[in-house]
Amino acid sequence: MSFFSRGVVCDVAQRTRGSSLHRLSTCGSHRFCRGLNSPFTQPVVGAGVLPHLSFNQQVWECLLLCVHILLPCVKHYSKIQILQSCFLNTFSECFFSVLIKWATSRMEKEAKEKNQQLYKPCSNGIIAKEQASSLQQEIQELRGSPSGLPSVPEFELADIFYFCRTGVESILDDEVTKRFSAQELEGWNLLTRSNYNFRHISVRLTVLWGLGVLIRYGVLLPLRVTLAVVGICLLLVLTTLVGFLPNKEFYLSEKVHLMCYRICVKSLTAIITYHNRENKPKTGGICVSNHTTPIDVIILANDGCYSMVGQVHGGLMGMIQRAMVKSSHHIWFERSEVKDRHLVAKRLSDHVADKTKQPILIFPEGTCINNTSVMMFKKGSFEIACTVYPVAIKYDPRFGDAFWNSSKFGLVSYLLRMMSSWAVVCSVWYLPPMNREEGEDAVQFANRVKAAIAAQGGLVDLIWDGGLKRAKVKDAFKEEQQKLYSEVLVGGQETGD
Amino acid sequence: LAKSCPGQETVTLYLRGVALRGRRPRPAPPSTSPPPASTSHPIKQEDNLTETRLVSHSQITRLYSRFTSLDKGENGTLSREDFQRIPELAINPLGDRIINAFFPEGEDQVNFRGFMRILAHFRPIEDNEKKSVAVSEPLNSRTNKLLFAFRLYDLDRDDKISREELLQVLRMMVGVNISDDQLGSIADRTIQEADTNGDNSISFNEFIKVLEKVDVEQKMSIRFLH
Repeated sequence: MSFFSRGVVCDVAQRTRGSSLHRLSTCGSHRFCRGLNSPFTQPVVGAGVLPHLSFNQQVWECLLLCVHILLPCVKHYSKIQILQSCFLNTFSECFFSVLIKWATSRMEKEAKEKNQQLYKPCSNGIIAKEQASSLQQEIQELRGSPSGLPSVPEFELADIFYFCRTGVESILDDEVTKRFSAQELEGWNLLTRSNYNFRHISVRLTVLWGLGVLIRYGVLLPLRVTLAVVGICLLLVLTTLVGFLPNKEFYLSEKVHLMCYRICVKSLTAIITYHNRENKPKTGGICVSNHTTPIDVIILANDGCYSMVGQVHGGLMGMIQRAMVKSSHHIWFERSEVKDRHLVAKRLSDHVADKTKQPILIFPEGTCINNTSVMMFKKGSFEIACTVYPVAIKYDPRFGDAFWNSSKFGLVSYLLRMMSSWAVVCSVWYLPPMNREEGEDAVQFANRVKAAIAAQGGLVDLIWDGGLKRAKVKDAFKEEQQKLYSEVLVGGQETGD
Repeated sequence: LAKSCPGQETVTLYLRGVALRGRRPRPAPPSTSPPPASTSHPIKQEDNLTETRLVSHSQITRLYSRFTSLDKGENGTLSREDFQRIPELAINPLGDRIINAFFPEGEDQVNFRGFMRILAHFRPIEDNEKKSVAVSEPLNSRTNKLLFAFRLYDLDRDDKISREELLQVLRMMVGVNISDDQLGSIADRTIQEADTNGDNSISFNEFIKVLEKVDVEQKMSIRFLH
């Protein structure tokens, strides 16, 4: 049997049985070993035990990794091979973590020998920020007066110090601008793109890096590109074919979509761990998630069928969109319609009300954030009266940074970068469904969902808008600060009278 | 101008192709034992930059990293727009004045040296530095911190805060929430309390006198990590 049809047959068998047997699809071999705790979710055991592997061992492990990537492309994928592949999977993840640790420690050692400073970007920040206290408290402290507002409007020349210091603190280290560029790593993972200030330290390291380049660009990249092309072509062809069938054959279209997404996932070598799959989004609901990269869509669609929402594009994206619509329901907006909030809300509500249609997938942040934080959720999708299924996605940056910096790279060059890094390793958590409570408005609900996602994914919960990537901050925030200060000045007088 | 001093090593620090040379000082005598944060490194031997004695190597590299991340035009200097892109600074009522402080008279670009000069004002005052006999006053002394704040008020640099300048700053800080009259009376009262020589404006010495009880060292200091 061919590689592709085997996957379909396995899924058919599983579905008819109706049990929650784990799917033995050819593309899901990594999920088979989900039962073994993936090293990604646990502290790496190997690193502490084997701090310095010999060069030969590393080369051997490199080769093993290549075999692992090549294996799924081989036809006749038997059970033994699945086991082998999953063992290699676990092993290769161990290997990566050890490799990264080794590379960094070697650099430190060599730098020390040559008495050079090795600059390591520190995730702690540049300055020690004081406990966040309110404007009022800080100014009271400055004036040395006891708590409570003054009885007459009082201004002190010293008040300026508060604004001065907070201003300079924000110049040195602010919460927002660093979210729009790739996260800096503490170590080096042998990718030049994440090499910020490391310089040529030793020949051995350079050789290893060279070998890495050879493997990544010579072996992995062509394979992955081929797979991706195959996946996209299949998607276009098969969805159009299914579209010709009467009643759009919902079941078949689901299979077709899932299969094509699995091929795409394999083409990126995405090692995904799904947690809490019992909370998977069901029909008549909206799935919301944090947004890091366009690949998020493929990662989520790999595990279930969703209806996408988005703007109509031209070119290849447009073709894919039109093909997808033929076999399942998606919501594509024209550019002009995007501005009309009511129209958008209506179409989403109509879709959600129809119980035969799949759950909608929405990214409320509206833009890509670098996976260290979750920024403001736009309230539009939370105004619709339905269940919200939050999902948290967290990428492991050691294997290749997944963040799409749209001001630096176009989509195609981003995908090529993704395909030429080591792998895309991520965790997906399905959170329990949430509903809007009595007396809660859309904004509060959105913040509640955001807090849940941030807590699960270990991300920082920010109230700032992701749109600040490109737009200036609204004056309303400045006016808020001015209002707070003027209350300190004259607030006491109003209560005193 | 390389002075040959035994016991000093030249440390070459490469930052993205820009070589900054620094000199490690001799190990301090055991009695004073300064905390690590206050090791002094001049950035360039040929410049007599005593102000940059105040930051250590790792702090310089971190600041440079921050400088380049703000520099979107990638030309080695920052413009006013680069600062205004920081949201937390843009919502600060005195944000524009603080940004102005970085730019020397009539210039639109600030380089890394200028950037560091201003930030050096905010370094905490270490105890041993108070006792040391410095050739010229370090940038983070109490007087220099007060001078920095004074210049935020005194826009035209005539060494006096006039009533109009004070009103301008007050208006920036309160926005539209207080009427002109009230603001005017607040300004008058402030000048009355501070002015000692009767010229209806606040000079720098009068400014220092008014603030002698305020813990400037703590309020105008930012603690750098490492």
